[in-house]
Amino acid sequence: MGKVAIVKFPGTNCDWDVLHAVKTVSKLQSEVVWYKEFQPNGWDAIIIPGGFSYGDWLRAGAIAAKTTAAEKIAESVEKGTPVLGICNGFQILTEGGVLPGALAPNACGRFVCRWVKLRVHKPKGPWLALVNDGAELHMPVAHAEGRYVISEEGFKELVSTSSIIKYVSGWNPNGSAYDVAGVTNPEGTALGLMPHPERAAEDELTPRGFRAGGRVIFESIAHSLKKGW
Amino acid sequence: MLCQVEVVITFKKEIKDPEGDTIHKHLLLRRGYDSVKNVRAGKYLIFNVDVTNCSEALELIKTACEKLRLYNPTIHDVEVRIRG
Repeated sequence: MGKVAIVKFPGTNCDWDVLHAVKTVSKLQSEVVWYKEFQPNGWDAIIIPGGFSYGDWLRAGAIAAKTTAAEKIAESVEKGTPVLGICNGFQILTEGGVLPGALAPNACGRFVCRWVKLRVHKPKGPWLALVNDGAELHMPVAHAEGRYVISEEGFKELVSTSSIIKYVSGWNPNGSAYDVAGVTNPEGTALGLMPHPERAAEDELTPRGFRAGGRVIFESIAHSLKKGW
Repeated sequence: MLCQVEVVITFKKEIKDPEGDTIHKHLLLRRGYDSVKNVRAGKYLIFNVDVTNCSEALELIKTACEKLRLYNPTIHDVEVRIRG
């Protein structure tokens, strides 16, 4: 019950970490699917993992967003299939217009890799089903292009329609507007986030002073699919 | 005929450009080029297009820029022009 596709593009490198988290935490059936072989039917949820699809050439996520696989994933979102984009997956979803905004190079000009603290605002949808409003989640980020950019009007709309995951004040690693680390679509079915929940899904991976904040996302999707999302 | 079209992609004025800022602050200003007030970094692409005339090539690449999202309209300005 519940099959999760993990779609791998050339340059994706977090696919096996996500597979491990889905198998051990969500306890769902899951497979890594090469983008050329991806068919949307038969999957109850889809994850686009992190990495450097197409070497981040042109812009992170820009080339992958124009593949047939990404277009099929966008159609799956339209049909209500839960879709999670992590890091480069989030970049692919914004580049493909599935989620609003854009991810520009970090304000500090460098690749940033560290644990951060996040707060979830108005959680909705299958990926945040077990998260309380205002919950604090801890996860690591690892990216060069994670500075979220959105117009003022766009952000107002986001606040009124969608869930937003924000860096806790003082933990914004990249200069993101409004401290945005992740957003959902208005239905909550598509979630994109720059931090890596799969690297924060087990206590063994969590450094002192932090908690395994990614775990609840993998528990939520299992809970939602079992309930028949 | 082969026509060369160039595309210059830069960040919009209001979007911070850390690469341009670093080149400005840590290279130009450090070496006394004080009259340089600002540097913007971007991406430069050249397309060789086989067409009957260059305006056709220009239109083709302009369309490609929009349809294939060679630039991201949320954060970028784009300039498309005939080269040479």
